[in-house]
Amino acid sequence: MLLLIPLLPFVGFLLNASFGKRVSKAAAGAVACGAMVGSFLVSLVSAWQLVGLPEESRAIANEAFNWITSGDFTAAFTLRLDPLSSVMILVITGIGSLIHIYSTAYMHEESDSEYARYFSYLNLFAAFMLVLVLGSNFLVMFVGWEGVGLCSYLLIGFWYQKKSASDAGKKAFIVNRIGDFGFVLGVLLLFVRFGTVDFQEVARAASSLSPETTFGTVSWITLLLFIGATGKSAQIPLYIWLPDAMEGPTPVSALIHAATMVTAGVYMIGRNAVLFGHAPETLAIVAVIGAATALMAGTIGLVQNDIKRVLAYSTVSQLGYMFLAMGVGAYAAGIFHLYTHAFFKALLFLGSGAVIHALAGEQDLRKMGGLKKDLPITYWTFLIGALAIAGVPGFAGFFSKDEILFRTYANGHTILWAVGLLTSLLTAAYMFRLVFMAFHGPSRSASASQAGDAHSAHSEHHAHHLHDAPPAMAFALIVLAIGSALTGYAGLTTLLGGRDRFTHYLEPSFGAAPVEEVAQHGLEGTLMLVSIAAAVAGIGIAAYFFLKNRRAADALAERFSGLRTLLLNKYYVDEIYDATIVQPIRIVSEDGLWKVVDVKLIDAAVNGVGQTVAGSSERVRRLQTGSVRAYAASVFFGAVAILGYYLWR
Amino acid sequence: MVTLNHYLILSAILFAIGTAGVFLRRNLITILLSIEIMLNAVNLTFVAFGRALGSADGQIIVFFVMTVAAAEAAVGLAIVISLFRHRESLNPDSFASLKW
Repeated sequence: MLLLIPLLPFVGFLLNASFGKRVSKAAAGAVACGAMVGSFLVSLVSAWQLVGLPEESRAIANEAFNWITSGDFTAAFTLRLDPLSSVMILVITGIGSLIHIYSTAYMHEESDSEYARYFSYLNLFAAFMLVLVLGSNFLVMFVGWEGVGLCSYLLIGFWYQKKSASDAGKKAFIVNRIGDFGFVLGVLLLFVRFGTVDFQEVARAASSLSPETTFGTVSWITLLLFIGATGKSAQIPLYIWLPDAMEGPTPVSALIHAATMVTAGVYMIGRNAVLFGHAPETLAIVAVIGAATALMAGTIGLVQNDIKRVLAYSTVSQLGYMFLAMGVGAYAAGIFHLYTHAFFKALLFLGSGAVIHALAGEQDLRKMGGLKKDLPITYWTFLIGALAIAGVPGFAGFFSKDEILFRTYANGHTILWAVGLLTSLLTAAYMFRLVFMAFHGPSRSASASQAGDAHSAHSEHHAHHLHDAPPAMAFALIVLAIGSALTGYAGLTTLLGGRDRFTHYLEPSFGAAPVEEVAQHGLEGTLMLVSIAAAVAGIGIAAYFFLKNRRAADALAERFSGLRTLLLNKYYVDEIYDATIVQPIRIVSEDGLWKVVDVKLIDAAVNGVGQTVAGSSERVRRLQTGSVRAYAASVFFGAVAILGYYLWR
Repeated sequence: MVTLNHYLILSAILFAIGTAGVFLRRNLITILLSIEIMLNAVNLTFVAFGRALGSADGQIIVFFVMTVAAAEAAVGLAIVISLFRHRESLNPDSFASLKW
């Protein structure tokens, strides 16, 4: 049963990859969507079965086959469903289905074969992602881990004729390799230390240890695993690939680079909560990096002008929140935010996709404006997503973000809490800056058109085609908007009359990880009010600068032009990496390894051997005279010599 | 009394004559004849040893050698004819084009 969940999308991939070129778009899209919806239904049934089990033994395992047996080491290809992975598969297949449906309309302008290629990649991605979250040991997880990386690369570079897209794909792939190298080292060290790679056995072995007070083996293991997570989940220092990944089609950004793949690192830490819980040093690093990433990406997001890049930095920032939660030991809160974030971020990306679709490929916020009346469905759904991510009470993001901030504060990390709060304000500000620039105010694409005749013809073309999302896209947007509004109530805290259901449901997956009942309702209430104030302040700032008084925004930008340039250039991190890592490697490789080691040592040795043989052959071949008697003489004298040797020996 | 040694010495002389012929003569047919002499020298050795040891093996091998020699003569002469048609010559040194 569990096997069907990743298998259905995989079959969809095989069908579309083999026959997709020869069938119509409708057929290819139907196969892909059918596979995902089927997988979603199976996931629902499996999750339903899981909930039916008693709380102590809530897990369904399904061994597909015995994968590796070597000496006393065995690794079975086992899929295991527990509360944590059930949340993940529902998010992946549910949101995945919606995004597949959305894509049928979004990608409709591609040719038949490109359309099928797109859907085959998308299905393959879903299959690998499901293997990643269902795998019961590190090796199976790693199969999924690498598989989603591959699909991410393929989909970022989907429009491979465009150089920037294929470069972005390569960048994502290479940066992920660095992280994966750490991940593999972590798994190897883990195997050396514990002798197993099975999640449950590792957790059992780890729980018998006492938490490491100094930086020991477990800390190294978890730190290396976390390096893998920083690559996959775009955290400092390996976050640089995610903004560039926006070169891919927008639904891909929604599925892979917002809702699912980039949360794999968070999931991995949650999956090994016991192990990480025994390495407080690593957890502190995780929390600090998470908070730093959240703040840094939030500030960059504030000034970007590409609609998708704002969302990309927002994703990096929200992932930082999740890692902050993981780092302070609030695993359930982190997964809760992962789950709500999947809804509203997918919604925001799909909404931006609808805008881009309506404007025939325009992504620059400065050229948008006043889209509210032309794209009502997109506007209202986008607004719900923005409210959710900003943390306005009543919407999903509020509950999860508030939970994280509260746990951070309650566990004694006041500075990290302050950083989180500041980020929350920034989130609201950059999100509503985006909303106001794109949907409110005068239509700037029309005003720009008066500048030149060539442009005006172009923008008339725009105006003519300014249509709201087609039905398939509107459907996905509306469902996700409902999700963004309502999913937060699953984890309603006791303070607000809920029962912390989400946290309790996930508890078995985090093993002995302490989720102490904090009955500080007074504190929780105060913190909640503070974060509401931050969200409202953020929205207010955005409204003041981008709705009421745009001049003030420009004046402010002028006054802090140095800071603005710094942010616009993303703190020059790409340039710093280029100067400190890429260029040195390039110089060493080109001038050292290539032109000296390869050309002068390796090639020279190989060519030298060849020339020696050729040279001596040149001399030896004179022996072949062509004269029969010379040959006969050599045979004769040879025979005489051999006989002579035996006679006079 | 003719002993085994006499036969062997005769055989050695015949073999030497044949070898010298192969190396020294410049006519392909003569070379083939010289090879034939070498083969018969060997045959003589076989028969002599067979008789001295009271075994029929030597004679049996001689029959095989004769068969091969007959086949060799047939093929060899055919090649010689073909070569002659090609080059109008029977001197082996004029067929030295298969070299480096």
